[in-house]
Amino acid sequence: MNNDIPILRLEGIVKTFPGVRALDGVSFNVLPGEVHALMGENGAGKSTLMKVLGGIHQPDEGRILIAEEPVVMTSPIQAKAKGVVFIHQELSLADELSVAENIFLGELPRKTFGRVDWTRLYAETDAILKTLNVGFNARTRVGDLSIANQQMVEIARALTVDPRAVIFDEPTASLTDAEKVVLFDVIADLKTRGVGIIYISHRMEEIFKITDRISVLRDGEYRGTLVTAETDEDKVTQAMIGRSLDLTRSPLQHEMGDIALEVRGLECGALYQDVSFSVRKGEVVGFYGLVGAGRTEIAETIFGLRAPSAGKILINGQEVRIGSPIEAIRLGISLVPEDRKGQGLVLGMNCRDNMTLPQVDDMTAGPFLANGAEVAIFDQYRDKLDIRTPGWRQQVGNLSGGNQQKIVIGKWLSMHPEVLIVDEPTRGIDVGSKSEIHNLIRELAAQGYAVIVISSEMPEVLHVSDRIVAMHNGRITREFTSDEVTEDSLIQAISGIASDKVA
Amino acid sequence: MSAMTRQGVAKLLARQGILVAFVLFMVVFAIANQRFLAIDNISGVIRSSAILGVMALGVTFVVIGGNLDLSVGSMMSFSTIVVLDLHDKLGPTLAIPAMFGLTLLLGAFIGVLVGYLKLNSLIVTLGMLSAIHGLTLTWSGGKNMDIADKEATWFSVFGQGDIVGIPVPILIFALLAGALSLVLGRTPFGRKVYAVGGNGVAATFSGVPRARVVFFTYLISAFCVATAGLIQASRSLGSQNTVGQGMELEVLAAVILGGASLLGGSGTVFKTVIGVLILGFIQNGLLLVGLEFYAQYIVTWIIIILAVWLDIAAKRGRLWSSIA
Repeated sequence: MNNDIPILRLEGIVKTFPGVRALDGVSFNVLPGEVHALMGENGAGKSTLMKVLGGIHQPDEGRILIAEEPVVMTSPIQAKAKGVVFIHQELSLADELSVAENIFLGELPRKTFGRVDWTRLYAETDAILKTLNVGFNARTRVGDLSIANQQMVEIARALTVDPRAVIFDEPTASLTDAEKVVLFDVIADLKTRGVGIIYISHRMEEIFKITDRISVLRDGEYRGTLVTAETDEDKVTQAMIGRSLDLTRSPLQHEMGDIALEVRGLECGALYQDVSFSVRKGEVVGFYGLVGAGRTEIAETIFGLRAPSAGKILINGQEVRIGSPIEAIRLGISLVPEDRKGQGLVLGMNCRDNMTLPQVDDMTAGPFLANGAEVAIFDQYRDKLDIRTPGWRQQVGNLSGGNQQKIVIGKWLSMHPEVLIVDEPTRGIDVGSKSEIHNLIRELAAQGYAVIVISSEMPEVLHVSDRIVAMHNGRITREFTSDEVTEDSLIQAISGIASDKVA
Repeated sequence: MSAMTRQGVAKLLARQGILVAFVLFMVVFAIANQRFLAIDNISGVIRSSAILGVMALGVTFVVIGGNLDLSVGSMMSFSTIVVLDLHDKLGPTLAIPAMFGLTLLLGAFIGVLVGYLKLNSLIVTLGMLSAIHGLTLTWSGGKNMDIADKEATWFSVFGQGDIVGIPVPILIFALLAGALSLVLGRTPFGRKVYAVGGNGVAATFSGVPRARVVFFTYLISAFCVATAGLIQASRSLGSQNTVGQGMELEVLAAVILGGASLLGGSGTVFKTVIGVLILGFIQNGLLLVGLEFYAQYIVTWIIIILAVWLDIAAKRGRLWSSIA
C-alpha cells in the first residue's frame, strides 16, 4: 500500500451546536499503517470529532476523505461499511450472548427460513479471534470474560469488515498493564496490515510508546500535528492547554477562617484510599483528576451516600458519623451533584418545589405547607442567583442548563450550609453561564462558605480554586496552592507521573 | 388531510383523549337510554363507585410515589371477611379497629419489602395478591362469612345508612377524598411523595427519606382498603372470600384514567376521583344499553389499555412510534 496516500483525511471540519462552536476547522490525516494520537483536554472537541467521523453528527463545513475519495456518512452503519470502525471506551456488549453472537449482532449469517447458520457463525468468529490471539472462543459467554477480553470482542467486531481506519477511544482506561501489552500487540498487528489507527488517550506514556504522530485539539480548534519521535511531553502539554489560558485567579480575594471540614485517611474499598485534606471557611478547594479517579466518590461519602471503610470526617473539629444525606444536611454539608438531571432535580416538579425540597418539613404553618414562606425563599434565591424563569410554577425541566444548575445551588444555599460541595458545576452549560457560576463560587467563598469544587476541566479548577488537590487512581497525588500550580505539573499529577519530574 | 391537521388531531387526542372519549360515551348512552342521566341513576353510580373510589384514593399515593399496588383487591376481601368474622366474636366496636390493625399490618409488610428492601413493587404486590387470598381462605376455612343476626346490628350503617339524605358510603368517599387531597397537595409528606416518584435519586440527594415515604404510601393504601372493606362488609353483612377479586385492575384503571402517570411523580386525588366517576359511568352506561355484566371485565381492560396508550402518546407527542 502506498504510504503517501492518507487512508483518512479531514478537511476543515466545522461543527456548531446552539451557542457552541464545538469544532472549528479541524484538518489532519491518517496514513496507512500509522498510529495517530488525538489529544486534547475534556471538552476540546475530541468526542464531537469522533461522532462526525462515525456518522452520528454531520459536519456543517468541511470534508471527510477516505483514500482521497470524499465520503458522506449519515449513520454508524454507513461508517462501518466504508471501513471506519470504532472501539468505544464504554463497552456495548450483551453479557448473556456468546462472543460470536455479539460480534455479528444484527448481521448474523442466515440459512433458509431465517435460521441462524451457527456453523458458519462460529467458524467465521474463530477465524477472526485467531488473528487476535486470544484465549477464548466463539462460544464463550461474554459476561464470563474479563474487561480486557471484552475489549478484544469489541475489536473483533471491528474486524468483521475489512477496516481501513480503526479508532480507539481511551482503550486502556480499564486495563491492567499486562492486558495493555496484548492490546498494543493487536494495534501493532493492525499497523502491519496497513490499517490507519486513531488513538485517543490522556496517558502520555502510552502515546509516546505506540504512536507515530500526535494531533492536538484545543477548544474545538486544531492546534497542529507533531511527529512523536521529534517531540516531548512538555511540547504536547503546551499545545493542549496553550498560553492563552486565563490563569488569573478571580479578583475576589478574602480572609479565610477556621477549618470547616477535615478528612483523615478516608478510604472506601477499592474506590479510593488514604484520602486526607481539609477545607477552611472562605476557601475553595478544587479536586482535579481523570474520570474515575475517585473524586465524586469522596464527595458522596462526605454527603452520607457511601459508607467509608476507614478514616475520619471532622466538621468544625468534631469527629462525625454521616450515615445518610439527611444527617449530612443536618451537619451543614451540601452537595450539588455531578448529574444535574439525574441526581439534582426532579424535572417534572416546579422551580419552587425543587428549591425548597430539603427543608420542606420546616416550611409549614400548622400541618400544611406555608405557600408564602416557600415563595419567599424562591424569590430570594431567584434574585440572588439571577435565575431566569417566567415564575416559580415553571417546570424545572423547561429551564436552560445554567438556570437548572442555579436552582440546585439555590436549593442548598437556602439551607445555609457550612460546607458546599460542587461536583462538575458547569458540565453541559454554555460559556456565558459558566463564568457566572464561577463568579458565584468565588462570591460564596468570600461570604465564608467552605467550598469544594470537583471538576474535570483544568481552566475551571485553576480559575476558582485557592488550593488544588490532584487525584489519580483513587489516591491524592499532590496538593497545590494557587501560586505554585502550573498546567504541566497538574497534568502530570493526575496522570500518575511522579511529581519530582516537575521542574 | 394535511399533515398539520393530522398532527393537531393527534395532539388533541393525546392530551384530552380521555375526556373526548368520555363525552362521546355519555352522549351515546344518553341517547340510547333515557334513564342514564336520571338523578337516581347518577346517585346510584356514585354510590356503587364508592368502594372502588376509596381504594383508588390510596393507590393514587402509591402510584405517584412511583410504585404499583396490585394487592388491593385481595386485601379488600381479607378486610371484609375479617371484620365480618370478628363482628360476631368481638362485637362491632372491637372488630372494626382490629380489622384496621390487621390490614395496616399487611400494608406495612408490603411497605417494608418495597420501600426498605427495594424489591420491585409489581412482583411484591402481585405475590401479595395471591398470598393474602390464601390468608383470607385460611381465616374463613373457605366458607362464606355471614353475620348471625343481620337485623340487630348497627354495623350496617357504613354501607346502608343515610345522613341528611346522602348515602354514608358516598360521605365516607367524599370525606376521605377531601382529607387525602389535603395530605397529598398541602403537606410536606405529600410533596415528598411527588419528589420520590418523580426522581427518587434526586429526592435521596435532597435528603428525602425515600424508603420511609414509600412505606407510608403503602400504609395509606392499606388504610383505604380497610375502609373499603368496612363499607363492603356493612353493605352486605355477609361475603364470599373473593369479594374484591379483580378490583386491583379497576382501581388501577381509575387512577390512570385520572391522569396519574405509571412512571410516578404526577397525578392528584381530585383527578383520581374523576377517573373513578368516568369508570363508573362507562360501566353503568354499558349495562343500561344492554351489555352483559360479564363484558365489563373486557371493557375495563380496554379502558386501561386506552388510558396507558394515550398517556404514552401524550409524552412522545405521537400516537405510535416504531422506535423506542
